[in-house]
Amino acid sequence: MTAHANQSPLGKPADDDEIADLATARNHLQVRQTAIYVYEWPVRLWHWINAAAIVVLAATGYLIASPLPSLPGEASQHFLMGYIRFAHFTAGFVMAIGMVGRIYWAFVGNVHARQMFILPFWSGKFWREVLVEAQWYAFLRDYPKKYIGHNPLAQLAMVTIYSGGSLFMIVTGFALYSEGAGQGTWFDTLFGWVIPLAGNSQNLHTIHHIGMWVIICFVIIHVYAAVREDIMSRQSMISTMVSGWRMFKDDGK
Amino acid sequence: MARVETFYDVIRRQGISRRSFLKFCSLTAASLGLAPAFGPRIAHAMETKPRIPVLWLHGLECTCCSESFIRSAHPLVKDVVLSMISLDYDDTIMAAAGHQAEAILDEIRHEYKGRYIAAVEGNPPLNEDGMYCIVGGRPFVEQLREVCSDAMAVISWGSCASWGCVQAAHPNPTRATPVHEVITDKPIIKVPGCPPIAEVMTGVVSYILTFDKIPELDRQGRPKMFYSQRIHDKCYRRPHFDAGQFVEQWDDEQAQKGHCLYKMGCKGPTTYNACSTTRWNGGVSFPIQSGHGCIGCSEDGFWDNGSFYDRLTNVKQFGIEANADQIGGTVAGVIGTGIAAHAAVSAVKRARMKSGETQAPPHPNAPSHD
Repeated sequence: MTAHANQSPLGKPADDDEIADLATARNHLQVRQTAIYVYEWPVRLWHWINAAAIVVLAATGYLIASPLPSLPGEASQHFLMGYIRFAHFTAGFVMAIGMVGRIYWAFVGNVHARQMFILPFWSGKFWREVLVEAQWYAFLRDYPKKYIGHNPLAQLAMVTIYSGGSLFMIVTGFALYSEGAGQGTWFDTLFGWVIPLAGNSQNLHTIHHIGMWVIICFVIIHVYAAVREDIMSRQSMISTMVSGWRMFKDDGK
Repeated sequence: MARVETFYDVIRRQGISRRSFLKFCSLTAASLGLAPAFGPRIAHAMETKPRIPVLWLHGLECTCCSESFIRSAHPLVKDVVLSMISLDYDDTIMAAAGHQAEAILDEIRHEYKGRYIAAVEGNPPLNEDGMYCIVGGRPFVEQLREVCSDAMAVISWGSCASWGCVQAAHPNPTRATPVHEVITDKPIIKVPGCPPIAEVMTGVVSYILTFDKIPELDRQGRPKMFYSQRIHDKCYRRPHFDAGQFVEQWDDEQAQKGHCLYKMGCKGPTTYNACSTTRWNGGVSFPIQSGHGCIGCSEDGFWDNGSFYDRLTNVKQFGIEANADQIGGTVAGVIGTGIAAHAAVSAVKRARMKSGETQAPPHPNAPSHD
């Protein structure tokens, strides 16, 4: 038994589930099977639906803040802003409902489904491995470590920027939606308190807009990192989010 | 005091006919969004209820609220309301002056303890013990605290009293403070706007008189009947917004056609007020109808929200003024450039590794030890 035996792939003290997972992983390794089932189908489905929703939300959101050039003719002939806003609200609902479903799956799914919502803040080991991963990205290390789920740096970004950011956008988004839905609606009851918290409606619009840019920056880095890791790291990335199976490239050696 | 005068007594004394009085009652009912049956109820209240004394205080302000109020073009409101509410103290428009005027404050406070309304226009500056606003030889904040201590309710007229307005804008040298942050133990009705709409002001007063209670308020303490919807929600140019027809610059063809002013920085979509329904100057017009966007004057902190012609709040940090798009676009651009550089370095590095290919990777899952 080597040094890695009592070490969790998630970079935190192993619990029962993880030990089970690790055992599976080790069995696989022993027979030189180098694929592990990581992402269950609801996670993958959610990922791609959510990705589409974010694209729609960012595009329509930008166009709501900075509308397209004015249309000629009569107002009765067009409904452009109406359609754009409808698409934005619909995609927003998809994202919000998806988030609720995703949180549910974090409870009932496998250990990797929880990773997006958990930050092992008090674990020194976690932060050391964040540093190791950062060094890999800064070209200070020739090889990254292997992780079945997210690497610690990715997990850090996922929890804070993605999960935190999405939640922020959902809450502020519904608060803005409540303005149009009207006082007394459940949107107003549940989310209307956010408006005075932001100072006024315009500030809320502004921070919701900044939130869009945060998510866009996250997406840029996320896509780049996934493509790069797929090519350069020792495990599969993009195909994993399609099939659910993570392949380890150099296990044969 | 002899028999307490009712509103109706005063109204008749002012030479207003009963017919005009009843007209006022039904119009007030309509403007408050009440059923027609409430017209007689308002009339009844005014005929039987004693006048409620109102002490109208002026702090740090420009008197635009008073200017608006006395121009209430609603039939007879000027006469009726100014008489019916028994405006016992309003240093701007009252005849009495000096000690005589100030004595009224004490008199009302004692005779109508807990039964008068304190209407506050403007706000108290708190810096230097309130010396930036002196009324009757004393800091205004002292007068405000005294008068409000025995009032049944406080009305914050305008954005000054409600939010702070221009004198509380950054950096707020006098520490001008909205009324609700100074008076914390009384019900406060905020009637923001710079100034508030005349009919909104008289409507709020009429409601209190008629029903003996303060109107239903929203989360931020504004009467729901006037402030529950945005200008945008009821704007007559809204169809142009939904259609995607905007004024692109002042005096272009769309401006002449009266298209939506959203791109010109209209704050209608973020401003809660009744302008687009009640309108101004007796329903003649309101800013958007006159071809200029709403500036959001009834919103908290509107002076600090950047230009009247931008829809995104300026973000002032580290001396940089930028809006969300500039910040976001810049950051995204920097990240994009960084990624391109990173990808280039990664490619070079990988090419080198491939050509070298002598180093074996460490054992799977083993901690790196290089």
